[in-house]
Amino acid sequence: MVHTWSSLISTLFLLLLCVTGLPLIFHHEIDELLGYDPKPEMAQPGAVKRSIDEIARTALAHDPGRVLQYILWDKDEPNTVIAFTNNKVDGDPDAATLRAYDAHTAKPLGPVGGGPMLIFLKLHVDMFAGQPGKLFLGAMGFLFLVAIVSGVVLYWPFTRRLSFGTLRDKSRRIAWFDWHNLLGAVTIAWALVVGATGVINTLAEVMLSQWKATELADMVKPYAGKPPPVHLASLDATLEKARNTAPGMNVSFVAFPGTPFTSSHHFAVFMRGDTPLTSRLLKPVLLDGETGEVSDARDLPVYLKALLVSQPLHFGDYGGMPLKIIWALLDVMTIVVIGSGLYLWIVKRRKHRSHAIAGQPLLQPSE
Amino acid sequence: MTAARKSRSSGNWWTVYGGPLLLGVLAIAGLLSALLSAGPGRYFSWLALGAPVALTAWFFARRKRG
Repeated sequence: MVHTWSSLISTLFLLLLCVTGLPLIFHHEIDELLGYDPKPEMAQPGAVKRSIDEIARTALAHDPGRVLQYILWDKDEPNTVIAFTNNKVDGDPDAATLRAYDAHTAKPLGPVGGGPMLIFLKLHVDMFAGQPGKLFLGAMGFLFLVAIVSGVVLYWPFTRRLSFGTLRDKSRRIAWFDWHNLLGAVTIAWALVVGATGVINTLAEVMLSQWKATELADMVKPYAGKPPPVHLASLDATLEKARNTAPGMNVSFVAFPGTPFTSSHHFAVFMRGDTPLTSRLLKPVLLDGETGEVSDARDLPVYLKALLVSQPLHFGDYGGMPLKIIWALLDVMTIVVIGSGLYLWIVKRRKHRSHAIAGQPLLQPSE
Repeated sequence: MTAARKSRSSGNWWTVYGGPLLLGVLAIAGLLSALLSAGPGRYFSWLALGAPVALTAWFFARRKRG
């Protein structure tokens, strides 16, 4: 009963998630192919990188009337600087514009993201329904986990007389029954991890609000009541001070004062390490928006670390192209599990009706 | 269905859950290894997470017909 209903309620949404998730595994490659992932020009040997202040001015000149929210450095593209602009510092994320600039020439390279993959992403993340849509999909993901666990319990009575990997083709129903069991059994750990990390990701905004209300509020206490900065400090000087505070780490992104990732008085420079794991575990350094002096630097709380580590485990983007291909195959196998489960339920219902009329017993487990 | 039925009549814990459990432990190890080590960990993750796909293909290739 638990298995049937937790699956049935979430089936359509899980199919949506699996189907939209499939191209998203390769979003980097697809964006590149369609021209939404601009590449820098080959740098001249010995060329010096432009100042970030200059790139910031270029970005603002490119989108007049807008403000900078974030400047970001892709770990795999050190020669590209990505600037987020929006109509105000805490503007709607959907209104943000991302543009890439060449780190050596400050030349605009083109918009980042957008295109068809953005539609897949929105469908996958919140179905264009904002935060409620996101939390709803999180609930569907939770039902998916319930369905998996209850499926493990049911696996015993249904397969105890069969050897592992039995695939029969006596009838269409039995063939799909065997496929449902086999694919469900072999993908279980992966599906649990991808499902659970997906659910964690739907809580990102909630966790961020929690961090802002507690840790960040505590860090910026000395600034309570002060007006927001009028003239922002030099970005280059600010970034330099952040780097000195977190030796051995690189800048992942800088959040401008007033954006969702910082206070209204501070730049928050998020630093990353250089291994697959530490590059996800960001460390924020808060710097005064007017002077660029370091105010505080603390590690993120456990729940935000969990969120950051859960992201690669959901995306499958941390083990090269072979891992992405395996991710896609496991995703397709999960689609078959969900589809065959729905089919088996429909067939059982139909049988149930005809048997109920004829007064015959229903098919039992371990038949 | 009796054709596929094994001589044992009830099955035991290990024959039912052993295979999926081993694959599951292998998959978790693979998921973590690529996160913790960029070189060998990555290669191991391909094997560990590729195993369920390969095993499914193998079961499909040797399935009984009729």
